[in-house]
Amino acid sequence: MDTRILTTDGLQALVDALQTRGFHVLGPAVRDGAIGFGPVREVADLPAGWGDEQEAGHYRLRRRDDPLLFAYAAGAQSAKPLFFPAQEVLWRARHDANGVHPTPPDPEAGADGPVAVLGVRSCDLAAVGIQDEVLLGRRYGDAAYALRREGTFVVAVTCSHPAATCFCGSMGTGPRPGAGTAPAAPYDLAMTEVLDEHGHRFVVEVATERGGHVLDEAVRAGAAVPAAGPEDLAAADDVAARAAQAMGRQLDTSGLKELLYASAESPVWDEVATRCLACANCTQVCPTCFCTDVRDVTDLTGALVERDRVWDSCFGAEYSYIHGGSVRASTRARYRQWLTHKLASWEDQFGMSGCVGCGRCITWCPAAIDLTAEVAALRHDGGGRRDGP
Amino acid sequence: MTARPKLAVWKFASCDGCQLTLLNCEDELVPLAGEIEIAYFPEATRAVVEGPYDVSLVEGSITTPGDLERIHQVRAVSRRLVTIGACATSGGIQALRNFADVAEFRSVVYAHPEYLSTLDRSTPIAAHVTVDFELRGCPIDRRQLLELLAAELTGRRPRIPTYSVCVECKRRGSVCVMVADGTPCLGPVTQAGCGALCPAFSRGCYGCFGPQDTPNTRSEADRLRALGMGEDQVLRVFRTFNAGSEPFRQESRRHEPQEQPQEQPQEQPQEQEVTS
Repeated sequence: MDTRILTTDGLQALVDALQTRGFHVLGPAVRDGAIGFGPVREVADLPAGWGDEQEAGHYRLRRRDDPLLFAYAAGAQSAKPLFFPAQEVLWRARHDANGVHPTPPDPEAGADGPVAVLGVRSCDLAAVGIQDEVLLGRRYGDAAYALRREGTFVVAVTCSHPAATCFCGSMGTGPRPGAGTAPAAPYDLAMTEVLDEHGHRFVVEVATERGGHVLDEAVRAGAAVPAAGPEDLAAADDVAARAAQAMGRQLDTSGLKELLYASAESPVWDEVATRCLACANCTQVCPTCFCTDVRDVTDLTGALVERDRVWDSCFGAEYSYIHGGSVRASTRARYRQWLTHKLASWEDQFGMSGCVGCGRCITWCPAAIDLTAEVAALRHDGGGRRDGP
Repeated sequence: MTARPKLAVWKFASCDGCQLTLLNCEDELVPLAGEIEIAYFPEATRAVVEGPYDVSLVEGSITTPGDLERIHQVRAVSRRLVTIGACATSGGIQALRNFADVAEFRSVVYAHPEYLSTLDRSTPIAAHVTVDFELRGCPIDRRQLLELLAAELTGRRPRIPTYSVCVECKRRGSVCVMVADGTPCLGPVTQAGCGALCPAFSRGCYGCFGPQDTPNTRSEADRLRALGMGEDQVLRVFRTFNAGSEPFRQESRRHEPQEQPQEQPQEQPQEQEVTS
């Protein structure tokens, strides 16, 4: 395996090389009291010395006493909106005396070039892989999504500081890119941030030819990108091993699908519904939730017609509305639908779990509902199955 | 060309802010005037075109015997009647009188209360006449108003979602103020429509758009208390512009000081209906 070393100067050279290639480089950034995504022009744009504290319904940024750039867990939002925006125009048409004139939106409009994402965690990489399967892997692919994903350059990062809400270890998606058992989106480079007696550096695994070429370009620009030595590889392995040990939560996945299917009438759903706000936050921060609403809108004159697609959520009453009313009228039914789809029927539908263990639905639930605790309650309840069907 | 549909804008007990939202449409007012005849709108013009009207926008709540009579007249001359704003859809801030003794207010506030003719409750328009659509907000949202008018003009259903403010908050990429800052926020129980304005400026939601379609106010109140709010504060956040909406009214009742047992027997059956 081709593994090299980048210092922070080397990382800057990598960012420069990506920008020279025309990539719009995005990476973690501190925004409104949380880690989000922002443009990365310089290494100084990255959240140096920031960590986080996460619990159910609780997130706080914390100052660290070291210069680490990636020493926090999953941020407020995953990479999902980069490729699957919360709102997009599918098509427009103008209506006049001569007829209807469709004007397909220019997919390049507003885009700053192909995207290079720096610092994608392995949980989020797995989530992008799931979205690729859901949105591209079926009979009719999502053209706009395909266009946005095309040519994306990915610099993945080993998660070194999982939060108390993290359980990627249980889902086989992390903490190290490429080392999980679940399928994940491809990446070009994967780095592990190391800070020890040999200094602050990034141990970079070159996963694609393109990734190697970009590093070569950084070298030609004057950066030192030496091959990693055995002590570097050991240090990187150690970061990943310690992260795996630091996972704050666990989800017992054995027989999970069967458990969920057997639990349809469990009283656990009634109990969680007393706390669930049906606010939809979990679905809006979930990196794999893909439900949308398609809305036709007209302007005042009726001459301009537009079809929009916006993120939707199975927690709203209108989501399951059909003639006569909502199929899932109660919060109990909606929470059950969400969890059962995510952890069970997703497997039947797409051949994989819909959960990557990033813990966002736990952290960002204003009511502090914990998916892992609800699954444990279902297990304790024995699947809710009484005698008979 | 067929005649433009006639629009009327009516006012009951209100601050006029929702009508002003129509005037604030500025860029869209000219195209709007091309599509619709603004036939009755005293806030904007003294010119009056006789009814009946194709669409009536009704602002304000019913608070006087005169209002009670007039709303039926408005209904009679309107093909479609759309209420706009928290006053018209839930009784508004003036519905705070519903929790108190109006006779006492009257005697304290007015030198000559005998000249005053008022009802002891402020009620939404839909409590008195059939309403075709309710547009929420204090004030209403300009984009939602234009969407509503565009939908009325084309005869389609307006795209006015009933889910929570949280959906709009996440859609615009805001960070949750409740989770990341511990700021009390009514977003999870409040209907979207404002574009999640307050959380975008690091403030908690005040609930201007009233309850979302499935409001779990009891769990919300538990969370507000966990963030440090006292019972009196929880009562007050549910008792603002939409105090008269049923879910918010019931939740505020739960946080009243306990020395009012005379209200309890009447209230309890209704509470059970909603929470079961």
